[in-house]
Amino acid sequence: MMRTWTRFVVAAAVVAAGATLAAQTMQINGAGATFPYPIYSKWFSEYNKLHPTVQINYQSIGSGGGIRQVTNQTVFFGASDGPMTTEQLDAAPGAILHFPTVLGGVVPVYNLEGVNAELRFSGPVLADIFLGKITKWNDPAIARLNAGVNLPATDITVVHRSDGSGTNYIFVDFLSKVSPEFKKRVGVGTSVNWPAGVGGKGNEGVAGLVRQTPGAIGYVELIYALQTNISYGPVQNSAGKFVKATTASVTAAAAAAASVMPKDFRVSITNAPGDDAYPISSFTWLLLYENPKDKTQAKVMVDFVKWALTDGQRFCADLGYAPLPANVVQLEMAALQKIKL
Amino acid sequence: MTTNGRRAGSRRGEDTGFRLGTGLFAVLLITAVAGIGAALIWQSRLSIRQFGWSFWITDTWDPVSGQFGARPFIWGTLYSSILALIISTPVALGIAIYIAELSPHWLRRPLVFLTELLAAIPSIVYGLWGIFVLVPWMRTLELATPAWMKALPLFSGPPLGVGMLAAALILAVMVVPFSSSVAREVLKAVPVSQREGAYALGATRWEAIRMALFYGRTGIIGAILLGFGRALGETMAVTMVIGNNPQVSWSLYAPQYTMAAVLANEFTEAADELYLHALIEIGLVLFAITLVINVLSRLLIWSMGRPPKARHVPAATLASPEVA
Repeated sequence: MMRTWTRFVVAAAVVAAGATLAAQTMQINGAGATFPYPIYSKWFSEYNKLHPTVQINYQSIGSGGGIRQVTNQTVFFGASDGPMTTEQLDAAPGAILHFPTVLGGVVPVYNLEGVNAELRFSGPVLADIFLGKITKWNDPAIARLNAGVNLPATDITVVHRSDGSGTNYIFVDFLSKVSPEFKKRVGVGTSVNWPAGVGGKGNEGVAGLVRQTPGAIGYVELIYALQTNISYGPVQNSAGKFVKATTASVTAAAAAAASVMPKDFRVSITNAPGDDAYPISSFTWLLLYENPKDKTQAKVMVDFVKWALTDGQRFCADLGYAPLPANVVQLEMAALQKIKL
Repeated sequence: MTTNGRRAGSRRGEDTGFRLGTGLFAVLLITAVAGIGAALIWQSRLSIRQFGWSFWITDTWDPVSGQFGARPFIWGTLYSSILALIISTPVALGIAIYIAELSPHWLRRPLVFLTELLAAIPSIVYGLWGIFVLVPWMRTLELATPAWMKALPLFSGPPLGVGMLAAALILAVMVVPFSSSVAREVLKAVPVSQREGAYALGATRWEAIRMALFYGRTGIIGAILLGFGRALGETMAVTMVIGNNPQVSWSLYAPQYTMAAVLANEFTEAADELYLHALIEIGLVLFAITLVINVLSRLLIWSMGRPPKARHVPAATLASPEVA
């Protein structure tokens, strides 16, 4: 009994000592999107090496959770794969600013036995496939895009993400832009009511189902496709060119969008203009209050964001993210001045 | 005299303290359950106000347009759990009977260890096994289904592999160790005198085991219902193989959806207030259904626990295993 108590007291003392130590370092908490989690955690640990007193904690609880927590001010910053809606911004206790950090793309993946050629897709064809209107691989609409490919009469099995995600958001945002019918029947959101097909959980769930099901088509994050070597097809962009997703073609989409960038950075860059732009691309955002309560934390955070937008971008390549184009970084550097320190 | 009295008094006080202390924990438990119910109702108030009872019978689940109904999820949860129960019960009972009554002594411990090992496997591992092993098997099976069977509503639909049958099978595998462990304990608790009595009357082994099963029926039902409870709430493995398509269908081959799965899938990204409240209401529905099933199973066990008058043996009642 005595020994247990002694142990407890010692443990409590250790915890207390730890707390005093922690008080000397700066702790900043954030939460949100899962898609940028690998690069964010890389950034936070690299930044901690440069500035040992700064420790940034990030919980990848999902974009919805990030928006909720930053609105309730339980975390200092949030992160989201889709921009906050005007309603959500109005619900927050103060003005929230969006800062794009990196870019991601979504690619169509398929499993069609006997076809070795890379299949080409267009927005309207993808929309009709995911609406369940195109049901065979040898449909004339697909054949028209893939002249010379001998398409079998296999049934198409549509595989979509069952979990709410930024990947979903980007994909349906693109389909809604190119197909009025898709916009009307499905719409844009992190989770939508899919009219056809089966749902897989996560990139791995979708990829797993596509790989196993003959005739299946799905969509995964570009990073996931690159890391797992899944082949994917090029998609026709708004200039009529078929572009295969790479980090470069995703960055090109962002560069093209920079000329029409709204001041608050809440912009969708799917179906972006430009010959090289990959059409299913998107930013992911950090969410910061314009007038944060804790000024010391704010100062450190702004310094961190400046670093992430410049030096931090070089970590993108290793992790498969598309870096921000220079013109967007310039706009953001100017916007960071708005934060009241 | 006085010292003795005081000691007795303080010992009585100890008893009262003990009773109050343990009583406090019991009250704590009741408060926790009531608190969960209250919190779920409060957190889903927007959705309850907007949809009312129609939430239970509406088929649409459309986060974009803000239309929410839970019927496909309720259907999927109950259908998959009941199917899992139908598949797992004979297997679980078979394992329990073999281990408790028939297996050679040296085999008993490895068998017990292995069934308990099954229970210790994390559900995500079952899910991965489901996706990579079970689902391809299901597809082969579905492709091999003859046309006349495909014409039945029970086997209609394209051969996707994922769907209700895969979910029910994986649930059955996950439930078996729970029901069989409890059923085995129940059989072990049947007094030896009961079996000896049966043998003395000239019963065969099969008859003696049937007698033991009848003797322990409340415990056996309890074991099965324990498995049912687990199947209702299972999330990860089911999400990975059920196909996640909210539709009400009798077909074993059709992709469907469960309440736990939609919560796991959509909760993190639900930023809209009504959407969040609708998801929490799904949690409330699951809570309510679990509660009702538990109450019903209690009633069932209670009514079975009172054997007909003629069979009533006081000693047997005392030894009757109470497992649920």
